[in-house]
Amino acid sequence: MSAFDHDHSQDDPRLSRRKVLECMTWAGTGVLWSISGGVPHALGLIDSAQAAEPTGLTFLQISDSHIGFDKPANPNVIGTLEEAIGRIKAMPVKPSFMIHTGDISHLSKASEFDDADRIISQARLDVHYVPGEHDFIDEEVKLYRERYGRGTKGSGWYSFDASGVHFIGLVNVVDLKAGGLGNLGAEQLAWLEDDLRGRSKSTPIVVFAHIPLWTVYPTWGWGTEDGARALDYLKGFGSVTVLNGHIHQVMQKVEGNVTFHTARSTAFPQPAPGAAPSPGPMKVADDKLRGLLGIASIIFKPGDERLAIIDTPLQG
Amino acid sequence: MTSVALRNICIRVAVLAVMTACMTAARCEDLAVMIDNFTFEPAQLTIKVGTTVTWKNRDDIPHAVVSAGKFRSKTLDTDDSYSFTFTSPGDYAYFCSLHPHMTGMIKVE
Repeated sequence: MSAFDHDHSQDDPRLSRRKVLECMTWAGTGVLWSISGGVPHALGLIDSAQAAEPTGLTFLQISDSHIGFDKPANPNVIGTLEEAIGRIKAMPVKPSFMIHTGDISHLSKASEFDDADRIISQARLDVHYVPGEHDFIDEEVKLYRERYGRGTKGSGWYSFDASGVHFIGLVNVVDLKAGGLGNLGAEQLAWLEDDLRGRSKSTPIVVFAHIPLWTVYPTWGWGTEDGARALDYLKGFGSVTVLNGHIHQVMQKVEGNVTFHTARSTAFPQPAPGAAPSPGPMKVADDKLRGLLGIASIIFKPGDERLAIIDTPLQG
Repeated sequence: MTSVALRNICIRVAVLAVMTACMTAARCEDLAVMIDNFTFEPAQLTIKVGTTVTWKNRDDIPHAVVSAGKFRSKTLDTDDSYSFTFTSPGDYAYFCSLHPHMTGMIKVE
């Protein structure tokens, strides 16, 4: 029995739609989510997820590689990123592309971005990036945009389409306000509203950004000040999936037609909200580390509007 | 005398002026704010004009110290420090530009 075995009965979708904040929980080893008719269903743990036959679009999410971090929580972040990419290369079905939800580097050094690129490129997949706050701390704040900003708007937001799914990459780590959370800003929100205008409500939407767009734990800054504005624009769409990083742990929530999901880091784990004095890197026993790092793969099957998220730890 | 030497003398005179102002003020001293567990400690400091405050990051994660329009540190990695000398009275609210829920206040009298 898993914590994710909520009863999203397909026979009575209205019941599921009424439930709010019901699926906020932490993952053990992995879970498969699918969406039918806009209603998310928890189908089971990773074994049954792997049994599902991906016939549509499959893409991957990696996050928070923090290349340059060398503290006790993981002195070898290059090694664990290499392990994550090794898992991707070994997948039986080659994914269509990869998204990286930010904090590629730890200190925005050119050498850190170089190392990350060298390793991630070995997956031989297109990678769609959004920045984390650690990617914008070089003195001139230019390296991220030089390397990853081509074809993007503002500080790096953009959208694209793949297999009938509309993908939106947002930036919520710029121009942060004292005492506040993540921030999208008026310019980006106006662009988002325009990007969605006139789009068919049956188009499945995947939004990805670094900091969670929903309020996970404001005491630690885990949320986005104006994230609710962005979610307002997504109301009415039948299938919305929001993918984030930043908090270095798997967390999921279902609210109406929106499934929220955060991915593990490939570098180091962070504590569950309130479980430690601060959200800083969590040192665990060496043999436990790889169970807390990992990647996510997301499967979209056209026709039946099924979208599944499978979290896979590096080990265990 | 070269312009560099002249400038150095000017800087020394300026530093001396600040130090003199500091010495004439009662209990003027340099103070430290530690960054531990994503908090500034102490979160509020009341100081005299001329005091230098030094922030030191003791977390495993980088932080930055920013007071809008007043002062701004580089990103401070673990064990990095940043110092600022307060030459005008007033309230200086500041925060970490990477983790904006981290806030602090320097009151300069």
